[in-house]
Amino acid sequence: METLTVPSLAGADAPESGTATGLLIVGASQSGVQLAISLRALGYTEHITLLGDEDHRPYQRPALSKEFLQDKVGSESLIFRTNDYWIEHNITLIKGERIESVDSNTDGSGIAHGASGSTYPYARLALTVGARPRHLEAPGAELDGVVYLRNADDALRLKELAPATTDVVVVGGGFIGLEAASSLASMGKRVTVLEYGPRLVGRAVGEETSEYFLTEHRKRGLDIRIGARIEQILDDGHGTVDGVRLADGSGITAQIVLVGIGVIPNTELGEALGLEVNNGIVVDAGALASDGTTIVVGDVANMPNPVPGAPKGERIRLESVNNAIEHAKVAAYSLMGRSEEYAGIPWFWSNQADMKLQIAGLSTGFDSTVIRKDPDKGKFTVLYYRNGRIIAADAVNAPLDFMAVKQALAAGKSIDPVAAADPATMLKTLIA
Amino acid sequence: MPTVHFTDAAGATTTINANTGDSVMETAVRNGVTAIVAECGGSLSCATCHVFVAESDLPTLEPMGEMEDEMLYGTAVDREDNSRLSCQLRMTEGQDLHVTTPETQV
Repeated sequence: METLTVPSLAGADAPESGTATGLLIVGASQSGVQLAISLRALGYTEHITLLGDEDHRPYQRPALSKEFLQDKVGSESLIFRTNDYWIEHNITLIKGERIESVDSNTDGSGIAHGASGSTYPYARLALTVGARPRHLEAPGAELDGVVYLRNADDALRLKELAPATTDVVVVGGGFIGLEAASSLASMGKRVTVLEYGPRLVGRAVGEETSEYFLTEHRKRGLDIRIGARIEQILDDGHGTVDGVRLADGSGITAQIVLVGIGVIPNTELGEALGLEVNNGIVVDAGALASDGTTIVVGDVANMPNPVPGAPKGERIRLESVNNAIEHAKVAAYSLMGRSEEYAGIPWFWSNQADMKLQIAGLSTGFDSTVIRKDPDKGKFTVLYYRNGRIIAADAVNAPLDFMAVKQALAAGKSIDPVAAADPATMLKTLIA
Repeated sequence: MPTVHFTDAAGATTTINANTGDSVMETAVRNGVTAIVAECGGSLSCATCHVFVAESDLPTLEPMGEMEDEMLYGTAVDREDNSRLSCQLRMTEGQDLHVTTPETQV
């Protein structure tokens, strides 16, 4: 064999050399794992290869910025399935391998070439390659101590740096930034959050929710600077971070600069395959790319907006666990030759300190809001309406509100905005 | 070693040896008990790991918190007096737990 290094194998045995796997899933991610699992649940009998470029068994990412960072759960808790599961389901795991190029045929089969020198012939190909952190462009961004948080290795690096750290600067006031900032503050670090834009989590929530989190995080001790411009990341003289200087001339001491300023979809393999790419790899309602055979699922996929009632032809790329799962199910049906609609309403969650945010639906395009508050219990909900009908909700420590809106949206129903303004009224009773 | 018996809505039972300290949800998901979905991975955000606990086992469990109590009102199959979210049930040494899974979680 011409293999230079042997990639680590787990799960079931790979097909014999020269024999194609039934489905090669590139990306051992939430969506990749779900695709394999859903296919088996649907009775797909071909061999499946699930290949990832990280040196870990497939794991869940959400806890990396929260419970895992805080040492509340160990790495074993993040693992999706036992090794026995993969063996019993005839799924081969390949870790630590990066696919560099693909030779594809018009029938959807082909051969993928790994960085190790190994080749992977397949009958069908699925790309669940996700996204990578957008890098900070500032002088000093390459210094030791400037870190990102996407993968287990990123979290392990952060945990390694944490004990010797007293001060952290978090760049980006989005979900990842605020979750990690809250975690690090709970670990006794002084944390400053720098948000370039006019408000926190500007891409995912409305102004009222942004304002709520700003106030509550400041109450809990986070130093949050809105509209902050980084001029330079400061060097301690040995290539390690010493702090940050802002455009207004102020300086902040830090031994860690954690950057969370969004992600870039990993479209390179899609481009190499000649697939249509536009803010992700473009797919149809069946998760098929423009060649009609390659399956693309999850963060990397630009898909028709699956929300009932969404404007016809509108497209969306969703970065969430829920989407990874539901989109993978659609793709699994597609591979089985069935056409099934995307199930359910997109939802998201973010746990920050003692605040548990749950979002149901997509608030884009709302024209009015209703606020429900119970400060004594720390509950706060924003309901979003368009043309008098509910389209989404941000609910903090208010799971009943979240659940009610999710149920209303799934049933194609609304919630009366006037009655909903009374926080003592259960939203569930207003679904109509 | 603790043990969990999962009985599905059709009456079929799967018995799994658990690790002490793991949640019932983790035990189910890692071993491919598909009646437990657990989208959120145990962060008490999704209510898709709903189980009905055998009456005789209920007194052996830690009482539920307020958040779990509220989340249980949003399960796909309506809650009953013996409902719990399995991500909140940690297995203790020697425990022998019997749960029934609902027909659907989503």
